[in-house]
Parts: sequence; structure tokens; C-alpha cells
Amino acid sequence: MGVTTAQERAEAVRLRARFLEAGAENVDCAILQPAETLLDLYGEDIRARTYVTHDPARGEVMLRPDFTVPVVQMHMETGAAPSRYTYAGEVFRRQEEHPERAPEYFQVGFELFADDDPAQADAEVFALFAETLAPYRLRAVTGDIGILTAAVAGLETSERRRSALMRHIWRPRRFRALLDRYSGRSPVPPSRKALLAAENPMDTAAPAIGLRSETEVAARIAALREDAAEGPLCESQVALIDTLLAVRETCSFALEQLHDIAVDMPALLPAVDRFERRCEALTARGVDVAALEFEASYGRSSMEYYDGFVFGFVPTARPDLPPVATGGRYDALTERLGNGRAAPAVGGVIRPGLLLQTGERA
Amino acid sequence: MSVKLGVPSKGRLMEKTFDWFGARGVGLARTGNDREYAGAVDGVEGVDLVLLSAGEIPRELAAGRIHLGVTGTDLIREKLVQWDQKVEPLAELGFGQADLIVAVPACWVDVDTLDDLDAAAAAFRAEHGFRMRIATKYHRLVREYLRHGGVADYQLVDSQGATEGTVKNLTAEAVADITSTGDTLRANHLKVIDDEPVLRSQATLFRSRTAKLDEDERTVLRTLMAKLDV
Repeated sequence: MGVTTAQERAEAVRLRARFLEAGAENVDCAILQPAETLLDLYGEDIRARTYVTHDPARGEVMLRPDFTVPVVQMHMETGAAPSRYTYAGEVFRRQEEHPERAPEYFQVGFELFADDDPAQADAEVFALFAETLAPYRLRAVTGDIGILTAAVAGLETSERRRSALMRHIWRPRRFRALLDRYSGRSPVPPSRKALLAAENPMDTAAPAIGLRSETEVAARIAALREDAAEGPLCESQVALIDTLLAVRETCSFALEQLHDIAVDMPALLPAVDRFERRCEALTARGVDVAALEFEASYGRSSMEYYDGFVFGFVPTARPDLPPVATGGRYDALTERLGNGRAAPAVGGVIRPGLLLQTGERA
Repeated sequence: MSVKLGVPSKGRLMEKTFDWFGARGVGLARTGNDREYAGAVDGVEGVDLVLLSAGEIPRELAAGRIHLGVTGTDLIREKLVQWDQKVEPLAELGFGQADLIVAVPACWVDVDTLDDLDAAAAAFRAEHGFRMRIATKYHRLVREYLRHGGVADYQLVDSQGATEGTVKNLTAEAVADITSTGDTLRANHLKVIDDEPVLRSQATLFRSRTAKLDEDERTVLRTLMAKLDV
């Protein structure tokens, strides 16, 4: 049995009422969003997952793929922390790879902007979602992108390598390829060897064309030479990242394992402390962290703007369906949209259509 | 009713297609005057020749308005989402070979692989304040290829022709286009990235998976396919 739009809307309104009760202010945003902002944030890839259309006066516009970006923009223009917002409305996603999935569905969201105590804010949002979704047969999974970024920031290697890895945190395959290259696990391509061996690599018959200048080419060659001179990234450092990414436990055991890893990588400590404080705040709100799952790599491939705590609620009996609810912390996103002025925030969305589809309440 | 065979309506692609069918005992010919797009089929009963632009053949196959069609793999893959559920390739015809490639200025001596391109794109964005522009008309294929290759900080700009000139004209930093010999690229001071191309394409005979067939048409299609040995 399919779920009708009317049923989906009614469920969305019901969930939003729950978020209003929790103290959120109701907000809305335009369906047509300027495409440029979203493309600059997420990159060209997002075109494959969104509807982009052309307006003769406004240029490229996008049917909103989610509410987060417009809500952040609105908050940064008018709001002050702490603020709690809720919204309910349709979002639009192209489904080239999965034509059986809905290209248009409702999202009900809750976003909390608070700059004092991130652990408390994370716990407030997660506990609200857990409570709202408690009647359904869903499995909660959590993670923390901040732990991986702390590990990368703590690698004993050049700043250049660290920032290249950081840039690809959300692209696990590319991240792995970079690690393999820096550690010498994968061979240097012949073209790179030849370039490094050349005495005057800029000596070429090719005329200088295009916007990328000779200076920029020379700067990259200099960077590559420095990188080659640095030598490989130590295997033990790579092993630490591997161990870290493999952590998949209940929160309580994960915390123990992360403390163990931090013995060899002290740079991890502040992030592990944040995780510990979050666990305490969750416990204080009645969440059983001894039973709550934690995966260190959770949220890396699909939740591109989250940079700290992440969570999802997946249907236990329907592994074919996407998560019914997802959320997390996105401080860096607010910083980019605010041109350097951050507005620490954590939030999440529920998909009422999926909730109805997963059917029976437990 | 009859089995409809879609064939490119002009140029070398049409002539070579006619030759390929002719060599297998199926005569294809344009009829009427030079400007009229009508055709005739010889050597097998019940087949209609439909002359179409090569770019429209994928759409017609997917919609089931033609049963068989000759076009490039590149066009099928770019224009049809989940192409393999809509058409089945029956035979590669051995001509119209072309690769869809990514090319950068030859003066970029530091860029030979996708890995290099990604690093150059990151630095370019930091320096110029916008994402590196890659000119192409194959948006879906190129985007998927770059995503798979882990390239970020780029944007695709649409170019429906003279794509190789965009770099010199400062409307793009790199291009993704079809090439067979590479002469046009070299003439425009561009070089191809070392990695596997986005796609290796050639003229291919496709069967529509969606076109309806009655009993007679089914027999005709079987006879034709047997004759073509596909």
C-alpha cells in the first residue's frame, strides 16, 4: 500500500506539532533556491541529486533539496542564539540511480542554534528525536565526524597533506587513495616521477593558454617537490586511522576504545572528551548509551555538511529503505555561509512518508 | 505492422551503416531526392527504415517507437538513465570509434592524472575564487566520472560545439569531449588526462527493450537478426 500525499502531509503536521511543543519556532522557506549557493557548498555532484532549472532573470535555481541551508541563512540574518526552529514541507531529489525512490517527499525538521554547550545541544536534539520516534521499530546509529577530523589534524605530516585529507573526509575512496599515496602503499605514477626528475619541467613547447597561470603551475610543482622530499607518512599513523575508522560498538565501549587509541594519538583527546561529555548529557536525558550504537565512520559518505555528532534512525525490518531520520552538527556549514562568522548548530529531519511506509508501531 | 529500424540520417555514419547492413545481405537506401528523409529496405520483408538524427535514436529506442537503432554508445549512455534496462546492445559495428576524454592545457605540465586535476582544482578555487570550469556537452557522464575519480571543486559549463576552443577563449579551464584522433585537441594546445577515458564509444546496433512486438513482427525481427548474425 502506497502512502498518499495527504497522509504524508498530515503526519508531517503531527510531527511538527511535537517539535513546536519542544519550544521550536515554526519557519518556512521558498521552494526555489538560488542554485549557486548550494553548488558552491556541495560541488557539482549535487546536480545529479537535485532539480536545477533556469530562470531568465534569476539564473540557475534549484528546487530545495533540504531546508538546512535556507534556515541557516535566515538565522544568521535575524536570529540570536539560542534559537530553535521547526519546519515541514516537500523537498525534491532526483533519483537517477533509484527510480523506485520518491523524487518529492516531506521533511519535518528541528534545528537548534546554541553557542554555549555543544554536548547539551547535541543531547537535546538526539533525545527529542529518540523520544518522538520511540513508538516505531527503528534502530538508532550515532557517529562523530569530529573524531576523524581531529585524527587527521593530529597526523604527524605536513600541513599540505593534512588539508588534502581534510578536504576529502566525505569521500572515503579518495581519502583512502590519498592515505595510500602518502604512506607509499601505492606506487608513484610514472608521469609524477618524470615531472619530479625533470630539471626544468616548465620548459615546454606548449603555449600558455587559459586562466591558470604559469605561476600557479610552478607553485604546484614546488609543492610536489616538497611533498616528495618529505618522505612517506609513517605506517603506524595510517594504522591508527584504520583502527579508528573500524570502531563500531555501543557508545560506552566505543568511548573506551577511543581512549585507548588516544594514548598513541594525544591530538584525539579533545574530541574524545567532547564525545564523553555528550554521552553524559545523553544519559542525563534518559538515553541508554550502553545500548546506543556508535560507528566511527557513520555519516562519511552521505552527510556532507555534518562535521561533529551525527545520527540516523533506520527501519529494523526494512533495510532496503533509506534512514527514516538523520541529523547532526554542522558548525562549519554555518561558518561558510556566514563568511567566517559561525553559528554553532545541530539539527535533524524526519521523513514522515517513510515513517508511514515502515508501517506498524512497535 | 512492421519492424522499425532507426539509422542516422546523414553523413559518414549513415553511409557506413548502410555498408555494414549491405555486407550482411540487407540493403538499406535513401529514396526520393537528396533532401527527403525516406528509405527503403531490401533483402528482408517487413522492415521499415526510419532515418533520424543519431542524437534522437536513444530517445526513440527508449520510448519503444523503433525496435532497432544504430547510434553511438556515448549518446545512449548520456541520454538514457539506466540505459541497460531500456536497450540491449546487439553488435558493435566497428566504425565511429571515439573516446570521451578529459583534456587540459598542454602547458599544465603538473597535471597528468585525475588526482593531479583534483589538486589543481582545489588550488585554482583558492586562487581565483570560483570552481574550475570544465566545458562539455556530456554532463551526466562526465559528472559521474569525476565523482568516481574523486575530483572536487570543479563546475561543468555547457558547450555544444567548438569545445576545444573554450580554454583559449577563457570560458573554461579544461574540456571533456569526444575525440577520435586527438588532432583537434593538439591543434588547440590541449592534452588528454592519462587515466582511462570517460567512455570508449563506437557505432552500435541496439535493440529496444520497451518496443512492443506482435507475432508477425517477432518473426521478422528474428529473421533480420539471424541474417545480421547478431
